[in-house]
Amino acid sequence: MKRVYDGKKIITGLVLFLAAFTSPFWYNTVFGTFDYVPELKVEKNGKECVKRTSYMKTNHMVLLRFWRDEVVRSGKRIYKKEDGTEIEMSLSGTCLKCHKNKEEFCDRCHGYLGKAPRCWSCHNVPREAKK
Amino acid sequence: MRRRDFLKIAGLGFISGLFLSSVSFSFKPTRRVRWGITIDVLQCKKNRDCKVCIEACHEIHNVPDVPDPKEKVMWIWTSTFEKAFENELGPLVKETRGSDPVLLLCNHCENPPCVKVCPTGATWKREDGIVMMDYHRCIGCRYCMAACPYGSRSFNWKDNRRYIKKLNYDFPVRTKGVVEKCNLCEERISKNLLPRCVEACPYGALTFGNLNDFQSSPSRLLRERLSIVRKPHLGTLPNVFYLL
Repeated sequence: MKRVYDGKKIITGLVLFLAAFTSPFWYNTVFGTFDYVPELKVEKNGKECVKRTSYMKTNHMVLLRFWRDEVVRSGKRIYKKEDGTEIEMSLSGTCLKCHKNKEEFCDRCHGYLGKAPRCWSCHNVPREAKK
Repeated sequence: MRRRDFLKIAGLGFISGLFLSSVSFSFKPTRRVRWGITIDVLQCKKNRDCKVCIEACHEIHNVPDVPDPKEKVMWIWTSTFEKAFENELGPLVKETRGSDPVLLLCNHCENPPCVKVCPTGATWKREDGIVMMDYHRCIGCRYCMAACPYGSRSFNWKDNRRYIKKLNYDFPVRTKGVVEKCNLCEERISKNLLPRCVEACPYGALTFGNLNDFQSSPSRLLRERLSIVRKPHLGTLPNVFYLL
């Protein structure tokens, strides 16, 4: 095998780079926070959600996008839940009236995943939800 | 086939074609609702400094009061007769009535040029005639602002949230980089309420209703009184009428 010029420096540099690059993983392993999952404060306020929890966990954005298009593009404002009750399709008016704690419900998970939704650049957090 | 038979069949075909086309024409569905607004110019003249409708509209729709005139955001505002009806008035009328105040807002044209130029479909004409904005789709290219001959559209050059005096939590604000304009209180109409400007006017200078409905107050007024629209020569067919 041919000798690598400045092999020592290069290999040391690569090892240092990899160590720095993966340092968050090592940090979490050492301090035991590797399997941290954000805990959400689910306030139901005695009402059933629009769809079942397992669906909402994975597909709330699909539902919200559907609501957005229905209200804005088609002018339909009423959504019929599976149990037949009718609710208004509104993020601020319906979702956040139940899930009053946006910081501990929306933001906690979205912050953990580093996924900032753009809803709040226009839509308001209702007054009573602001804590 | 004999010549005579051919002519018989051709004639029959022609007549039945005529009949069918006339039937299909008469069954063509007409639009049920066509929202329109009338503005009584004389009432606005009598109460020259009245800004009730403007304040009421801007308050419920979270329209920011931007101090820089170049970056102003307006859904409804006033101008003078002379400026609003540049080509429609004769020179002598301009001298006597040119400085009368005129209330301006989006005309919700039947033939809206802003809709034609929008590259993303963020603005479109609804079935009931409202020219709507979908702020989710607006990319802020401002083609619509260039196309609108009435200056009814405003651009958010920056985050204007700080200029909203009193936030109405029930209505969204607009983010930086989108165009906004009057929505004819679409959110109120869906609840069977009048547009806020019409409701707020203390002098009854504004009426709102379905222009296709013979009994509605704007269509009654439009039958009784003379009216003009802004820049009719452009063929945009505004749905906001000014009663003279």
